[in-house]
Amino acid sequence: MSQLPLIHARGLVKRFGDFTAVDGIDVSVAPGESFGFLGPNGAGKSSTMRMISCVSLPTAGELRILGMDPAREGTRIRARLGVCPQLDNLDFDLSVRENLTTYARYFGIGRRQARARAEELLEFVQLADRAGGKVEPLSGGMKRRLTIARAMVNDPDIILLDEPTTGLDPQARHLLWERLFQLKRRGTTLVLTTHYMDEAEQLCDRLVVMDGGRIVAEGSPRSLIQTYSTPEVVELRFGDERPADVAGKLAGAGERIDPLPDRLLVYAADGDAAVAEVHRRGLTPSSVLVRRSTLEDVFLHLTGRTLVD
Amino acid sequence: MAQLTAQVSARSTLAVLERGLTLYRRLWAASALSTFLLPVLFLISIGMGVGGYVGEVGGVDYLSWIVPGVLASTAFQMAVGECTYFVLGDFKWSRAYHAMAATPVQPGDMVCGWLAYVVIRVEIAVVVFLAVTSLFGALRSPWAVLTPLVCALVALASAAPTMAFAASIDHDSYFALLFRFVMIPASLFSGVFFPVEQLPALVRPLAYLSPLWHGVELDRAATLGAAPPWPVAAHLACLLAFAAAGTLWAFRAFRKRLQD
Amino acid sequence: MMTTMIAARLAPQGAAPGRVGAVIGRNLGALRSGPSYWLVLLSGFFEPLLYLLSIGVGVGALVGELTVAGRALSYAAYVAPAMLAVSAMTGALAETTFNFFHKMKYQKVFDAMLATPVRPLELALGELGWAMIRGSLYTAVFLLIMVGLGLAEPLWALAAFPATVLVGVAFGACGMAVSTLMRGWQDFDLITTGQFALFLFSGTFSPVGDYPAAVQVLVQVTPLYHAIELVRGLCIGDAHLGLLGHAAYLCAMAAAGLWFAARRLQRRLCV
Repeated sequence: MSQLPLIHARGLVKRFGDFTAVDGIDVSVAPGESFGFLGPNGAGKSSTMRMISCVSLPTAGELRILGMDPAREGTRIRARLGVCPQLDNLDFDLSVRENLTTYARYFGIGRRQARARAEELLEFVQLADRAGGKVEPLSGGMKRRLTIARAMVNDPDIILLDEPTTGLDPQARHLLWERLFQLKRRGTTLVLTTHYMDEAEQLCDRLVVMDGGRIVAEGSPRSLIQTYSTPEVVELRFGDERPADVAGKLAGAGERIDPLPDRLLVYAADGDAAVAEVHRRGLTPSSVLVRRSTLEDVFLHLTGRTLVD
Repeated sequence: MAQLTAQVSARSTLAVLERGLTLYRRLWAASALSTFLLPVLFLISIGMGVGGYVGEVGGVDYLSWIVPGVLASTAFQMAVGECTYFVLGDFKWSRAYHAMAATPVQPGDMVCGWLAYVVIRVEIAVVVFLAVTSLFGALRSPWAVLTPLVCALVALASAAPTMAFAASIDHDSYFALLFRFVMIPASLFSGVFFPVEQLPALVRPLAYLSPLWHGVELDRAATLGAAPPWPVAAHLACLLAFAAAGTLWAFRAFRKRLQD
Repeated sequence: MMTTMIAARLAPQGAAPGRVGAVIGRNLGALRSGPSYWLVLLSGFFEPLLYLLSIGVGVGALVGELTVAGRALSYAAYVAPAMLAVSAMTGALAETTFNFFHKMKYQKVFDAMLATPVRPLELALGELGWAMIRGSLYTAVFLLIMVGLGLAEPLWALAAFPATVLVGVAFGACGMAVSTLMRGWQDFDLITTGQFALFLFSGTFSPVGDYPAAVQVLVQVTPLYHAIELVRGLCIGDAHLGLLGHAAYLCAMAAAGLWFAARRLQRRLCV
């Protein structure tokens, strides 16, 4: 890495009373990178995001954003960040355009420039035709796009997105991903949290997997899958038998066997070969699916739990 | 003081004020009736209707006597009203303050920006009311031109602690308590309708604790051209103390609520 | 009793008391689950008493006595029954406008209720019943205070109580009807302003007879005037046939409000 990291955290801790939300994590994000925090609800992703966005101070550890200390220079740091929070906090009493221009003024942007910027951003998030309208009737996906446009109003060095597509329907998610991908291509530094592995695979150059306030793995989606999983996974379902009972008969059929409540996973370099082995052992699964390995498998391997339950 | 000024920037405060004004531009027509019409109706009903049976108070007709009271009371009630549901709502429902907290805007800017907005709203109402009452011939002294300044102080002295209160609670039913135990008693017993000397000696100090009473007496002194019961400086000091303490409390309450 | 009869006329199937009760029960539960329940409830008694002390006693000391129906009354005795009627009105309106609208539009409580066997009319009756229970508690206590302060004879106060309930029903029913027409919070400024204007000019603080003839006629068309005349007549023990006319006005208002509210709810929520 030739440039200084935009975000640098060492032993970062956040406690709320007795509860430790973030338990000593190390993170470094380079300029132009698209970085993700992947983990289930309650893993400490949002608390980490709030510390990075300088609205919540760390309990312990070292944190530098854009080379500055959030405790002393929070205002200067926030001036160069764009934040898209988990819950949309748009101003329902203002129009779509006014939401952007008003927000721009918080950054000290001049009125005329704020207006020009708003038009440009509404164009980018495909809401130009709603500019004069109210926020309330917008769909969930439109509101989220407006929030993202608002986060870009100060032309930030880093855009922070906390679970950007949670609660959106598949079509809205894909539209949003496409816009974020555009940003990524322009070289904007993105930091996002998600509990969707497909989102992490789509958007992140590099990510950390969090569980219980700690980082349990770090790397690119590809390298994480290579390290913690096999190239292919076979999903087997059995009519009446419990997966755990069948698991014993499959020892050695793949590199690893994982019985879940409803299905059995066989990790293997060659999925078809593993299926052949299953049949050779006289087992007759009611359904067989051979697929590529995903981050979900990585997470399952690391924590023994699924991401979305 | 240095620490305090570090929490406020003129630029950010202006941005917060602008948001308030943008909202007001949308709402003013809807609130115009209650802002401009109600105080006047009030004067007609109480000042003229009841005034017909009262005769003179403090050497002037009842209408002229209550005009300054109603003026200060309008500033007081409006200031409190603008700082309850709006402030709690911007924390709890719209989360507008959380949105601001992610920008260079600091809690101090949020407080000062909204206070500035409240003062502007109050001034608009006060000036219109003054213009109307001058038509009734209720302004007896040129000092009356100072009443908008007094009303601005009353607004700050009552808005700031109300904001702090609104930022400290998590359920809007506490406002019912604020209205019934603080705002309504203050409006009714702060010398707006009858002189506080009529109150039992035990209760009277409570009226002195109300910023409204100081505002009423200063406004009354100005419109009637007579000296207030306490030295002007003492009344002003009380109002300023309320405003300063309330603002500090609001800074703290906002900072606390936006943390974590 | 009367409202149930009207209700039976309006809905061919009538209203099931059990379901009306369930609607009331929901409100009671919601109030009790809010913070400082007793304080909020108690503070409701406090408000009209403060007005009575400030205007009735405080301003009363400046006014002296008034002559009503040929007899001299202390200003407090003149204002107190009006405060009582106003308190019955504002209590009923607060519950059926602000709270009703909030529940209808934002909390979607009614959508949830109407997805059950509860019918719009039962909902309207339940909401009104709730407003009455809360309001009657307040007026009963206020009447006790008036008796305590010697502003009303105990028997006349007893006679005034059902009148305050009628005032509440009439304003509550109309409040609900108006709520179903509201577009947003901004419209409430109109309600508040209208309510306050009624409060100021319905003979609350000074006799309507003092107004110019044209204004008098205007006031006599509006509802709070009739509410105050009825309650004041009973409180000061001035019973005459005219009181029946005021009561009839309020009954008609209650029936019309209820009918309209149930019809609008049907249209707005059951589509």
